[in-house]
Amino acid sequence: MNWIRFSMKEPNKHQPPKWATRFIEWYCKPEFLEDLLGDLNEYFERNVVSRGPRLAKLIYILDAFKFFRSYTVKTPKTVNLLINWIMIGSYIKTSGRNLMRNKLFSFINIVGLAISMSVGLLLIAFLMDLYSYDKFNKNGDRIYRVTNVQTSAHERSSKYPTTSIKTKRLLGEKVTGIEEVTILRDDFSEDGIVGDNILPIKGFWAESSLFNIFTLPMLEGNPATALRDPYSIVLTETAASKLFGNQPALGQAIRFDSLDYQVTGIIEDVPFFSHLKFEALASFSTLEQKSNTDPDFEDWTNMWSNFVYLLLPENADMASIRLQLDAIAKEENLSVATEGNRDNQIQLELLPLDEIVVGEDFLRSEGLHYVVPHISPIVLWFLGGLAFLVVVSACFNYTNLSLARAMRRFKEVGLRKAIGANKSQVWQQFLAEAIIISLAALLISFALFLVLRPQLVNLAPDIQRMVKLELTLPTVVAFILFSVSVGVVAGLLPALFFSKVNAIDALRNVSSVKVFRQVSLRRALVIVQYTFTLIFITTTAVGYVQYKNILAFDLGFQTENILNINMQGNRAELLLKELREMPEVVDVSRSVIVTSIGNAWGGFMKYEDSRDSALVMTNNVDENYLDLHGYELIAGGDFKTRPTTALGVREVIVNLQFLKRFGIGAKDPEKAIGEEVTFSNFRGNGRKMTIVGVMKDFHYGKVNNIIQPVAFMPWTLDDPTTINAKIKSNDLQATMAEIESKWKKIDHVHPFQAKFYDEAIADAYSEFSVMIKIIGFLSFLAVSIASMGLFGMVVFTTETRIKEIGIRKVMGASSENLIYLLSRDFLWLLSISALIALPVTYTFFEKFVLTNFPYNEPVQIPELFIGFFAVLAIAMIMIGSQTMKAARSNPASVLKSE
Amino acid sequence: MKGTNIGEFEELVLLTVAALMEEAYSVAICDELSEHAGREVKLGVVHAVLNRLQEKGLLKSQLGEATKTRGGKRKRFYQVTNTGKAALIKTKEVRDVLWNRIPHLTLKGI
Repeated sequence: MNWIRFSMKEPNKHQPPKWATRFIEWYCKPEFLEDLLGDLNEYFERNVVSRGPRLAKLIYILDAFKFFRSYTVKTPKTVNLLINWIMIGSYIKTSGRNLMRNKLFSFINIVGLAISMSVGLLLIAFLMDLYSYDKFNKNGDRIYRVTNVQTSAHERSSKYPTTSIKTKRLLGEKVTGIEEVTILRDDFSEDGIVGDNILPIKGFWAESSLFNIFTLPMLEGNPATALRDPYSIVLTETAASKLFGNQPALGQAIRFDSLDYQVTGIIEDVPFFSHLKFEALASFSTLEQKSNTDPDFEDWTNMWSNFVYLLLPENADMASIRLQLDAIAKEENLSVATEGNRDNQIQLELLPLDEIVVGEDFLRSEGLHYVVPHISPIVLWFLGGLAFLVVVSACFNYTNLSLARAMRRFKEVGLRKAIGANKSQVWQQFLAEAIIISLAALLISFALFLVLRPQLVNLAPDIQRMVKLELTLPTVVAFILFSVSVGVVAGLLPALFFSKVNAIDALRNVSSVKVFRQVSLRRALVIVQYTFTLIFITTTAVGYVQYKNILAFDLGFQTENILNINMQGNRAELLLKELREMPEVVDVSRSVIVTSIGNAWGGFMKYEDSRDSALVMTNNVDENYLDLHGYELIAGGDFKTRPTTALGVREVIVNLQFLKRFGIGAKDPEKAIGEEVTFSNFRGNGRKMTIVGVMKDFHYGKVNNIIQPVAFMPWTLDDPTTINAKIKSNDLQATMAEIESKWKKIDHVHPFQAKFYDEAIADAYSEFSVMIKIIGFLSFLAVSIASMGLFGMVVFTTETRIKEIGIRKVMGASSENLIYLLSRDFLWLLSISALIALPVTYTFFEKFVLTNFPYNEPVQIPELFIGFFAVLAIAMIMIGSQTMKAARSNPASVLKSE
Repeated sequence: MKGTNIGEFEELVLLTVAALMEEAYSVAICDELSEHAGREVKLGVVHAVLNRLQEKGLLKSQLGEATKTRGGKRKRFYQVTNTGKAALIKTKEVRDVLWNRIPHLTLKGI
């Protein structure tokens, strides 16, 4: 071993990379090792001189890999494998004994891992469900959906999952290299009538080619012709049995809105994990016949309600198809532009089937009823990141406590090594122990998973529709793999640490070994753990306050005690009359939509410049609406005329943003009164309207949208209706029941749909409340896990220092002194964590989250610190209880045991 | 490939080992070969061939003394065994016989 001293005394300036040397040591047969390393070293030294140290190192590394050859590599000995196999029994035995001996630590480890892993299990089941979407389609990898990308001059391009009927037609006629194309139109949802049986049916308008693309087995009927003729309908098994009971449905008629449809096919129920869910498909040809009169039906820009799917042949030439799509779009954009709408550009893109559910975000087309289940990958990454942090936190506990207790197991390791265990066997043992513990934790966490599953699923209707979180074989396998990898992560550091222990050191005298060598590592782990915990809890607090701010946000009009009743196509007059008679109903009004909860209704408006058209959000309101909602008019007044048809509307009330957008009235709203604008929407183009009033800006969209130009128009009998009833009642439940009974008299088929405005607003932001609940739950777990870890550490520290405490007491230290002495370290660590966590959370909110909310309130100090103080308080209790116990112990009893 | 039959490069390595006598270790062999064979010889190749020749029993080796250089690692010195010598001689004889059969005139033109 002389050479070690040599090289220590005269260290070369340049050393070959250590890890490469270690790599060779790992794989090389011992009989070749020394001279091979020597040769490489000689070459290295030579290269340092001739080619410079950097290149020399590179060559050394390359050589390290080049010498990985059949004749140099160690062959694993079967004897070793056999020994390992036998030793597993021994590992399990010692692990078990060790678990029983340290009940507190085992408890902390197993429970901590179990609760953190239950989060992991939920996430795994969630992901498994999401990725099983649409897998039932045999040709799934060849199915694509057409995306419409709309760009107009003033806005960024927006992507819609829908496209025009024309796109479908052109795809079928002009594009080569496509096997099949089909269209699904959104708005087939009507009440089906069979005899006395009335059932609301939800579905799509579709074509027979659908069955060539998606795997939807037809039980009765001919898939090739089922949707060919007008007034044909294909039902799912369930819908058929609901409508016809046990009677055969095929060939029967169902009445929808005074028209008879013939059942031409029965298909199996659509699988839960299909992004398209429906009960019935009506033939698209029906629609073509019905819409003969509508000139816009096939317009290139009428792209709001149609899903178009393609089946491409195997080895399809994607590039050529894309080029053809671009060519179509270019031609159509040009033909539209001649009609004076130069800004509107629509591009076509293809989205693979498996990116529909988990993939990029799309805008919701106006008027689209069907909600495509969708989650953006960012959300998944975010949730995954959070779950990861919680799991890692529990792993840290394990690592920390194992390292802290290392001293007690030194002798065991020393003995194992002395009787011939090698490095790898020792680390295998400790890794096995960690895996055993994490598998034990898996059992508990599985039970927790079963408890938490319904909670998560029922958190929001969206989640309910989206996932089931049922156990399948792949899920269970994933659970076990996950548990094993958690064990590996948790046990890696302790295993490496123990495998390095020198047998002689370990056996000589335990106390002389530098057990506390790992102290800085453990501190670092505690800091990391608490930093994450504090970020979690502070995020929850800040998020909650912000969420409450949103709900209490001043929208610019009154929403209290207003009940919005969706008339669902019924005439409003009857109910209106009944409501007016109720003493609890203060006032009633009618409108087309309920604003501020994400609903939109609108059209394009122009002022003097005929080329400048802008999308303006509208609501049609009756004479009571403005008063009932407390809108403030700055100039002008309410509508003077109350036209009876939608086309007779000639007046608008606009907001300030509207004036600003078109530059009307030059900052003086009074001057805008009497100005004329033109309005185009689906009912007709270029209708002239006069501004009769100007209202203050209010939040038509959600709070996270910037206030846009908005116009109110008179409500007419042609419009769909929502009744807004201002309620003043001491017994809300009775009042609601009464209104519902009145509804039943008008419509006994559709359930009563009414919601208080404030509730509707809360629902509109339910994604935030779901997010806050999830993060809140995770932060609760994180705090529990971190606290348990801290508790374990405190117990350990006080135990090891109990004699020191005894001596200090004898020397006259007071309890307070001792408590300070013992808790000082932990408080330091906590403070450092806070110093990192709080600014990080603050910046995260100010720079990333709140920038999405233009009208936000800044993050306040109280909510930033409340989490910190909560964690601090818990930590103080943990530390305090233990140190107090130690400080109060009788020094005589502690010290005499020696 | 077993027995005393050796390939061209094996023969070169064997000859170099014999020529270097006491100083025949991998790096030196490599350098010597590079110098005389007129082509760059990689250490990896030489190492593999040395190992193969040893397996065939044509070479034997032992580790030398530790020195300051080479990161303190010892050198492995190679020696040609009797079998190795026999193999070299046999190869030479085969060549000589063939050389002798070539009329002088035939190669003169080159």
